[in-house]
Amino acid sequence: MTALVIAEHDNTTLKGSTLNTISAALQCGGEVHVLVAGSNCDEVVQATAKIAGVTRVLLADAPHFADGLAENIAEQVVALATSYSHVLAPATSYGKNSLPRVAARLDVGQISEITKVISPDTFDRPIYAGNAIATVQSIDPIKVITVRTTGFEAATNGGNAVIDRITAVADSGKTTFISREVAKLDRPELTAAKIIVSGGRGMGSADNFKILEPLADKLGAAMGASRAAVDAGFVPNDWQVGQTGKIVAPQLYIAIGISGAIQHLAGMKDSKIIVAINKDEEAPIFSVADYGLVGDLFEVVPQLIAALG
Amino acid sequence: MKILVPVKRVADYNVKVRVKSDGSGIELNNVKMSMNPFDEIAIEEAMRLKEAGHASEVIALSCGPSQCQETLRTAMAIGADRSILVESDVELQPLAIAKLIQAIAIKEQPQLIILGKQAIDGDCNQTGQMLAALLGWPQATFASKVIVEAGKAIVTREVDGGLETLALTLPAIITTDLRLNEPRYVTLPNIMKAKKKPLETFNPDGLGIDVSPRLKTLKVSEPAKRSAGIKVPDVATLIAKLRDEAKVI
Repeated sequence: MTALVIAEHDNTTLKGSTLNTISAALQCGGEVHVLVAGSNCDEVVQATAKIAGVTRVLLADAPHFADGLAENIAEQVVALATSYSHVLAPATSYGKNSLPRVAARLDVGQISEITKVISPDTFDRPIYAGNAIATVQSIDPIKVITVRTTGFEAATNGGNAVIDRITAVADSGKTTFISREVAKLDRPELTAAKIIVSGGRGMGSADNFKILEPLADKLGAAMGASRAAVDAGFVPNDWQVGQTGKIVAPQLYIAIGISGAIQHLAGMKDSKIIVAINKDEEAPIFSVADYGLVGDLFEVVPQLIAALG
Repeated sequence: MKILVPVKRVADYNVKVRVKSDGSGIELNNVKMSMNPFDEIAIEEAMRLKEAGHASEVIALSCGPSQCQETLRTAMAIGADRSILVESDVELQPLAIAKLIQAIAIKEQPQLIILGKQAIDGDCNQTGQMLAALLGWPQATFASKVIVEAGKAIVTREVDGGLETLALTLPAIITTDLRLNEPRYVTLPNIMKAKKKPLETFNPDGLGIDVSPRLKTLKVSEPAKRSAGIKVPDVATLIAKLRDEAKVI
């Protein structure tokens, strides 16, 4: 029994989501191999080979893997998959995009966004925006799985895997990559941050959101937002925390002017400590907050910044 | 060209669902059912492409029990020209649905299939990608902008950390993200018109598709409850708690 993990990377750095996925793969009980499909991605391969528990790194290096196109990545996985009992990828936009293609080509179902490995064929996964947890058993010979990264610890360094260069599959030729706009971040990435400062509709405007910046800077925090704030156009969509945005689980989540709609709670309720600041003391966010402060955020936030020195 | 839009009937997004007391699933008796919100965005996008002169016909498709007819009528009230129902009372999982859509796509030969990125009940996020693989078509998931020109679809996708733009050779699959468009309101005259539009019915056996489930749901349970903590009177107390009690700053 061996699991194959699809590494998420940008040809230079291995993404943290891969580390959580490797942990889930190790819980499936067998050996763990990792596929790095990319272009000129030696640094990624070297980093992957050092992860504890990984015994083999498969490198498929070709120009048409440079942009992670689902058509090409999936075909490469399909070419390898029949030697494996499990194929896993992170449930990020990268993994969600390509893995169902793999499952369909292998004629197996996919188990999406698992949060727990119960046994090699049985897993927990949230449904209905996290309002229920389904325990599901796969009857297929190969388990194709996406992993909700917040459900698993990150694998650590300490391994020394064999590196195998494998033959790359051909380019599908049907999709052309045109461009990528990466939001420039001088703060930690939302899904990797230890502390998140998040604003909601209560912020009132895009300009008002700026009052959260010094707070985030003081705490070394990432900035997030509720769907209401995104829909109102205060901040870009990739700030969105919630079922339809990012699922996060930082050490500290500070929700400011966020009422706590179910869909938002689904994205952050696994945070270790939740702080809510809201002027409406009936706001549902207080029912999940460890520490609630009822007050006007425009008075409380400056006080917080001052108190943090 | 034709655009095919699969739509799913799900518990309305405003409904707070409850787990059945025997843990066998979600209580759906007497629950308001609606079209999956991402699918509504898919229909709207298809209509906009038709109105811009890129498509000649928009066909809505649903797979599930006979009540899915209501969902298809909604799709036709938004503007779809006609509908197809693949009727089945067994639980249809994404792979089975992808195979049913594939069978209909082979009959109808659409140039574009637009689907919601995921259904808000199972939250699987699989069907579009599986369908693309079965048909051997290119795909662009999580679309926030679609342009059709010269036999290609130029699609901007919402990816972690930003946006990505791809050019797909048609025929192709697109799955919608929230910001692609804001679906129009359905008007009463259009609801009346939709009642007269054609709705054709098939079943999985007739299409030669095996829809047996690949995943067995052993149980459905409530998520671990997070209990409310305490209210603090002021910022100084909050900071002290975070430093000394929670030790997170």
